[in-house]
Amino acid sequence: MIEVENLSKIYQLGGQEVAALNGISFQIPKGEFVAIMGQSGSGKSTLMNLLGCLDLPSSGSYHLDDIDVRTLSSDQLAEVRNRRIGFVFQSFNLLPRSSALENTELPLLYSGTSNSESKAREALAKVGLDARAHHKPNELSGGERQRVAIARAIVNNPSIILADEPTGNLDSKTGEEIMDIFSKLNREGATLILVTHEQHVAQYASRVIHMQDGMILSDSARESQC
Amino acid sequence: MLIWDLFKISLRSLRANKLRTFLTMLGIIIGVASVISMISLGEGARQQTLSTIAKFGTNIITVKPGEQKSRHVSSGKVETLTLKDAYAIRDYVPNITGVAAQAYQNGQLKFGNKNSNSTVRGTGKDYGWMANFKMAEGRFYTEEEVRTARKVCVLGATVVKNLFDGANPVGKTLKVNGGNYLVIGTTAAKGALSWFDPDDQIFIPITTAQKRLFGIKHVQSIDVQVKNMDDIETIKQDIESLLRRRHNLRQGKKNDFYVQNSAEWLNSWGQAAKTFQFLLGGIATISLLVGGIGIMNIMLVSVTERTREIGIRIAIGAKKREIRKQFLIESILISFLGGSIGIGLGVLISRAASQIGGLDTAVSLQSILLAFGFSVAIGIFFGLYPATKASNLNPIDALRYE
Repeated sequence: MIEVENLSKIYQLGGQEVAALNGISFQIPKGEFVAIMGQSGSGKSTLMNLLGCLDLPSSGSYHLDDIDVRTLSSDQLAEVRNRRIGFVFQSFNLLPRSSALENTELPLLYSGTSNSESKAREALAKVGLDARAHHKPNELSGGERQRVAIARAIVNNPSIILADEPTGNLDSKTGEEIMDIFSKLNREGATLILVTHEQHVAQYASRVIHMQDGMILSDSARESQC
Repeated sequence: MLIWDLFKISLRSLRANKLRTFLTMLGIIIGVASVISMISLGEGARQQTLSTIAKFGTNIITVKPGEQKSRHVSSGKVETLTLKDAYAIRDYVPNITGVAAQAYQNGQLKFGNKNSNSTVRGTGKDYGWMANFKMAEGRFYTEEEVRTARKVCVLGATVVKNLFDGANPVGKTLKVNGGNYLVIGTTAAKGALSWFDPDDQIFIPITTAQKRLFGIKHVQSIDVQVKNMDDIETIKQDIESLLRRRHNLRQGKKNDFYVQNSAEWLNSWGQAAKTFQFLLGGIATISLLVGGIGIMNIMLVSVTERTREIGIRIAIGAKKREIRKQFLIESILISFLGGSIGIGLGVLISRAASQIGGLDTAVSLQSILLAFGFSVAIGIFFGLYPATKASNLNPIDALRYE
């Protein structure tokens, strides 16, 4: 469950204040699949960083599972990222010298979970990569790398999975495979927030939020309510 | 995250850049190896000094002719001390247990077809026990033999070995610079020091040495043994005033002799060794410091290179202190491994120095622990800044870093 209320983020750029996010509000209930769309500069990356607790808002509030993120210390934020948030990036962001299994295991090591290896294997099995667990990223194809990244994102059973252009570096067929995995995870109950600028990717989502100039242009959930 | 996991990560990243890791370690290796070998050289010298003190005893005051110079080199007239001075000290200075005047030169020893060039030391009857020589065979010469300048001699262990193949020479006659001398005793081996072998000498009565062998009227030194170490200063003053009177030195005139304690002499020698040790230790410390700066340099490069990795780790939930720990462990690992190799190398160097160079060395456990602790401390000290820098990276920028 995500509750965003009047969220703003202002950057200082050369003595000038630039509002990357300008008072946006929305709620995402558990189990929803949301696509956030917008052109570059629309503020969607900033929103992702705030939702992912990599950054703190200038004003407004962000509640994740009823936790007010603004009140947390940097160690507590690290814990929230570790246990409640799973990241999937456009450029995969795997550790190059670690195997698929070790990459998947990493969040469990930071949370100090026991049986980390078998849990990591389970996560790899969910994305269909258990056979290639001991391969290093440079021995895997782009689609396989992104699947490792997804396994890493879901290994701690997070409250939300944040995916930033997850198909951006993949060909369309592989992209579809990745989106199918996301759909499957969503059907199994995962909350998904996907940032993309591709219409056909956004179609997988049940709700689409369009952004422009740091504000919400349209939100399909709100429109259906009207 | 467990220390073990961080350790594995560090090891992996060090292995990924083997040459770089080795070059970084090299600074620490050289530093630690020099610390170990320098300290062992100094320690060897110190132990040798201690054993010298033990061999000669510390309760001996030595009177030498001439003026005292800073480096224990006498100058000016060197014929100012006489046997009578020695007897006067024996008769008039209280709280002393023995006096032995000495005159010594190198002499040619001959027995049968065997030759040896050894120190011939003319002394009083008390010299043997005062200088901690134990008798192996026979006896030392007596007061009577000194008074009548008999041609008798006592042989050191090395001389016995060289001229008599270790057989008992007592009763045999030996040629010293051509003259015949009766062997009346031998001394037990004391063991050689690096600069001279106290067993490679023979002892003859001082009077015999002056009149029959060297043809001199003076003595080269007078050893005085004190009863109690606490009286040493008083006795030195007593000797000084007695000799000034005997030499008719008016007030304001400098002594034509100097009085010295053997412990003092050895102390100052030990001081010189210590200064040397400090100097070498200083150089070694500087090289360790340079090694540490090398570690810091490479760690900073490593942090920059792995900015993206750091960003990933922070994004998936690594705390600042875990990032810091990871890089600290890496730098400690470098300095620890470098330190271990350096200790091995240092021990080898000091062994080589003692075997090839003939220098006394002693690798002590303390110096190993010191070098070890120092190298790990350097790993922490010079690793802390890069590690803190890594942990303070902004994850958003770090993830975007190419």
